[in-house]
Amino acid sequence: MSITIGKGIPKVDAKHKVRGDTIYADDYSVPGMLYGKVLRSRYPAARILALRTARAEHLEGVYAVITAKDVPHNELTARFGQSTSVGVQFEGVYRVLADEEVRYFGEPIALVAAESPELAEQACEMIEVEYQPLEGIFDPMTAMEPGVRQVAEKQRNIASHFKIRKGNVEEAFAHADVIVEGTYQVPYQDHAYLEPESGVAWVDEDGTINIRVSSQVIEHFREVAEVLNLPHSRVRYLGTWIGGGFGGKEDITVESFLALLAWKTRRPVKLTYTRAESLLTHSKRHPFFMEYKTGATQDGRIVAVQARLISDAGSYSALSPWVLLYATVNAAGPYHVDNVWVDSYAVMTNTPITSAFRGFGAPQVNFAYESQMDELSRRLGIDPLELRQRNFLRQGDSLDTGWVYDRPVAISEAAEKAWYALGPKPAPANPQVAIGHGLGAGMCSYGRLTFLHDTSRSYIKLELDGSAVIRCGVPDLGGGQGHILCQIAAEELGLAIERIKLYITDSQLTPLAGTTTATRQLYMSGNATLKAARVLRTRMLEKASGMLGVPVEDLEVQPGKVLSKSQPEKSIGLVPLVNRMSTEGEELFVESQFNAPFTSIPANEVIEGQIHPDYTFGAYAVEVEVNRETGALRVPRIVACFDVGKALNPVIVEGQIEGGGIQGFGYALTEDMKIEKGIIQTPSFAEYLIPTAVDVPDLETILLESETGLGPYGAKGIGEPPMVSIAPALTNAIYDAVGVRITSLPATPEKILMGLLRHVEKEGG
Amino acid sequence: MEIQSDVKVKIRVNGTAVSATVQAGDSLLDFLRNQARATDVKCGCNQGDCGTCTVIYDGKAVKSCLVLAAQADGKEVRSLRGLMEDPLMQSLQNAFVECGAVQCGFCTPGMLVASWSLLQENSNPTRGEMRQGISGNLCRCTGYKKIIDAISLAAAQHVVTDGTANLADLADRLDGQAQAKANYLLLGGG
Ligand code: FES
Ligand code: FES
Repeated sequence: MSITIGKGIPKVDAKHKVRGDTIYADDYSVPGMLYGKVLRSRYPAARILALRTARAEHLEGVYAVITAKDVPHNELTARFGQSTSVGVQFEGVYRVLADEEVRYFGEPIALVAAESPELAEQACEMIEVEYQPLEGIFDPMTAMEPGVRQVAEKQRNIASHFKIRKGNVEEAFAHADVIVEGTYQVPYQDHAYLEPESGVAWVDEDGTINIRVSSQVIEHFREVAEVLNLPHSRVRYLGTWIGGGFGGKEDITVESFLALLAWKTRRPVKLTYTRAESLLTHSKRHPFFMEYKTGATQDGRIVAVQARLISDAGSYSALSPWVLLYATVNAAGPYHVDNVWVDSYAVMTNTPITSAFRGFGAPQVNFAYESQMDELSRRLGIDPLELRQRNFLRQGDSLDTGWVYDRPVAISEAAEKAWYALGPKPAPANPQVAIGHGLGAGMCSYGRLTFLHDTSRSYIKLELDGSAVIRCGVPDLGGGQGHILCQIAAEELGLAIERIKLYITDSQLTPLAGTTTATRQLYMSGNATLKAARVLRTRMLEKASGMLGVPVEDLEVQPGKVLSKSQPEKSIGLVPLVNRMSTEGEELFVESQFNAPFTSIPANEVIEGQIHPDYTFGAYAVEVEVNRETGALRVPRIVACFDVGKALNPVIVEGQIEGGGIQGFGYALTEDMKIEKGIIQTPSFAEYLIPTAVDVPDLETILLESETGLGPYGAKGIGEPPMVSIAPALTNAIYDAVGVRITSLPATPEKILMGLLRHVEKEGG
Repeated sequence: MEIQSDVKVKIRVNGTAVSATVQAGDSLLDFLRNQARATDVKCGCNQGDCGTCTVIYDGKAVKSCLVLAAQADGKEVRSLRGLMEDPLMQSLQNAFVECGAVQCGFCTPGMLVASWSLLQENSNPTRGEMRQGISGNLCRCTGYKKIIDAISLAAAQHVVTDGTANLADLADRLDGQAQAKANYLLLGGG
C-alpha cells in the first residue's frame, strides 16, 4: 500500500507561494546594493569601430563600466553541467559581451553598475558606440547559399548538420501506392515566463562570488568561474524558486554580468531585465522550415518518410545543435517506418538567439509529420485514428535511428482514448460556423542525450525527532521538481511530508543534481532520492528486525512506524527507531548518485542507435469551431491522453499537461512573434499574445499508467511532452471543419480566411 | 534627461501608513516593492499587460503599475498580504493549494487578489464569469483550469459558511476534483 505515491498531495512550495512569502530573485535585496544595466546593440549586424565609456565612468554614482576588454575570458563553450566533453559539432558558443562586431539586435555590449537603476540607465546612454552597420543575413535559406558572408567570424553558417539513413527510401517511394508531400513552417516562440530574468550577486570576505539567481542550471557556476578566470570553487549559485522557465532560463542569463560587476565593484549588485528587454533579447524557440514526403501503401502502411529540416539557429549557436539533433531523432514520430531519410541543418542568421524551449525540437517536426498523417488519411479515406493505429510504434520496433525500442508503447491506447473522448460532433450554433475534430499524436524524450553521461545526486538525513532534511540541487520551476522528492522520501521512510525540510539549489551545499531541463528531474533526481531513501530504509528495517525479533522480509514501513506484516502488534515507532540507530552509531544520512544510461558520442553526422534514455507518448484530440465568413476560431474542447508511466502525484501531472497543452495552444494559434530585419516587432504582452483565461477551454486530461517508465515507481517524464502534438491536432481540426490546410503556424484567423477565400476563388473559377 | 521632481506621499499599505519620497513618474508598484517592501506584489511587465502587480486600491482591484504613486497619496492599498485575515481570501489560498493552482507561483499573488475581488462582486460566478474575471491576469504555467477549479472551490466553501449553500447549484459549477472537494467540505470535512 502506498503512503504518498499516487496521491495529489499539495506541493510543499505552494503554501508559501499563496502567502506571497516566496522570495523570488528580484524580491531579494542586500544592503549597499548597486543596480546593473546592460547596454545593447541597436543593429542586428555591425562592426563596432569605437566604444567610448569615459563619460559614463565619470558620472557620479557609477561604480563600474565593463566592456569586452575587461572580461577575462569572453568567449567559451556553452556547457550545461554534463560530465563529458562532446566536441564542437554538439556544443554552442557563449560570448559574454560583443567585442568587435555585433550579430543580433540587443546583443550585450557593455555593463554598468550604479547607485540606482535610473543612474545605471543614464550611464548606458552616455556610452558612445560607433557602429559600421553590415548587411544582415536574416533568413537561413540565404545564409546557406554559397559565398554568403559568415554570420560568426569563426563558424560556418551551417552550424550543424545531421542525417538519418534508415533503409532505402528511394526504393520504398518507388513502390508506394500514395505519396504526400508538404512544406511546413513553424515560428519563433517566446517562453514568456512571468518572472523576468533576475539576480543579485555579492562577493564574500574570502573572495567567493555568490549569485542568487533564477536559473534552471545552477551548474553554470563553472562557466561563470571561467569567465572570470577563477577556480570553479569560487563561484557559488544560490538558485531561487523560479517564476517560470520552460527552457528560457537554461542558458546563462544575468549571471555572468552580475559576477563581473560584483567582482569589479566589490559591492552587491542586482540586475533584473525589463519585460521588453526579455522579449527582445533572450533566446527563443527555433523557427523551422521543413519539407516532408511520406509514402504509404493503399491499406495505410507507411513505407517511407523523407524530411529536410532547416532550423534558424540565430546569431549564437547556443543549444541549436542539440535541438536539431532532437528534431532529427523525432522526425518520423511515434511510428514504425522502415525507410527514413533526414537531412537537417542548423543555420546561423543575424536574428535573436534560439535555444532551449519545452519540447526542444520535438514540437517542430511533430507539426509536420502529423500534418502529413492527416493528409494521408484524407487521401486514403482511412479514419485518422485508424491510420495512425496501423503505424504506431510497438515494442520491438525501431525508431528512425534504428534503435530498437524494447519497452511497451501505449500510444495507440492514448490516441484512442483522447479521440473517443471527443464523441460525436455537436450541431453548429449557427450556419456560419463549421465544427471540426482533429487528432495529433507524438513522442518526446525524457532525460538528456545519453552521450552526455548524465548524473544526479541527492542526500537525505533523518533527525532524532522523526523529521528529516533533503538536500538536492534541483532547480524548481514550479513543476513540483522539489516537492516530489519529499513524496518519495516520505513513501520509503514513513516520514510526514510537512516535517521534511528541503534544500534545493545551492551549488556548493546541495549535492549537484544537474539541470532542470530535458524532462529529467523526476527521472534523475527522483531516482537518486529513491536510491538514498532505500539505503536508509534498509538500515531502519535491519535495526527494527533486531529490536522486534522479526525477519526483515516480514517488516513494512508505515507512516511514523515500522511493523511486522504477519504480527501487526509488533511495531516500533520511527522516533525510538531512529534514536536507537543514533545511539548505536548508525549513519542517519545517505547521499546517492543516479546515472542515466551512457552511450558514446555519435561518430559522424549520421545519427544511429540510442540517443535518449526513453520517450513519453501521448495524443491530443480537439474540437474547433471555425467561422466560415471571418476565419475566427474557437476551441471548445481539448482532450489530452498521455502514458505517464506512473502518476506519482496526479494533480501535478495534470497540471503539467494542462499548462503544456495551453502553451502549445498559444504556439499553434495566438503567439505571433513578428520580426523584421532581425528586430522583433512585438516586445510586450500587448503585442505578443499568450493565451488568457478567456481564450482557452478547460483542458481535459486522461492519464494512462503503464508503469513502464525509467523513473521512480515506473514513472515517465511529463514536463515537456504535453507541448507536443496539440498544434497539429488544432490545424487538423481546422482542416476537418473548413478544408483549409494550415502549413505555417500560428494558425491566425487571417490565414484561415485566406484559405477560405482561395476555396471560393477555385469554386468560382 | 528630464529632471524628475520629488513628491512626498503617505499611503496606507496593508493597514500601515508608509511615508516616502517618490519621483513624479514612479508607479504605485515601484513604491510598493521598493519603498513599502511589499514584495508579494510582483512585477511581470511594468506596463499593465500581465496582472502580477494586482492590488486593491481605493476598494477596487487594479494593476498597480498603471497607477502613479503620487496619485495614491492619502489612499489605501491592500496587497495579498493585507487581505490574508479575510476568510474569503483564506478560502482562496487553501483552494489554490489544494487544487494544484500554483505552479511557479509568480502570478499567484495577483491572481489571488483578482479572484478575491471577483468573488466580492459576484459570490456565485459561472466558470465563464470566473475566466472573464481573471482575464487580465496571465498565467504561463497552469493553463488556467486548476485556477478556475480553485476559485470554484473557494466560492462554494464560502457560500457554505454563509449558510446559503445549494448543493445542486454548486455541483453544477464545479467539476472533477473541485467538486469532490466541495462535497467533502459540504459534509463537514476540512
Ligand atoms: S506588472 Fe503591472 S500588469 Fe504587469
Ligand atoms: S503559476 Fe507560473 S505563471 Fe501562473
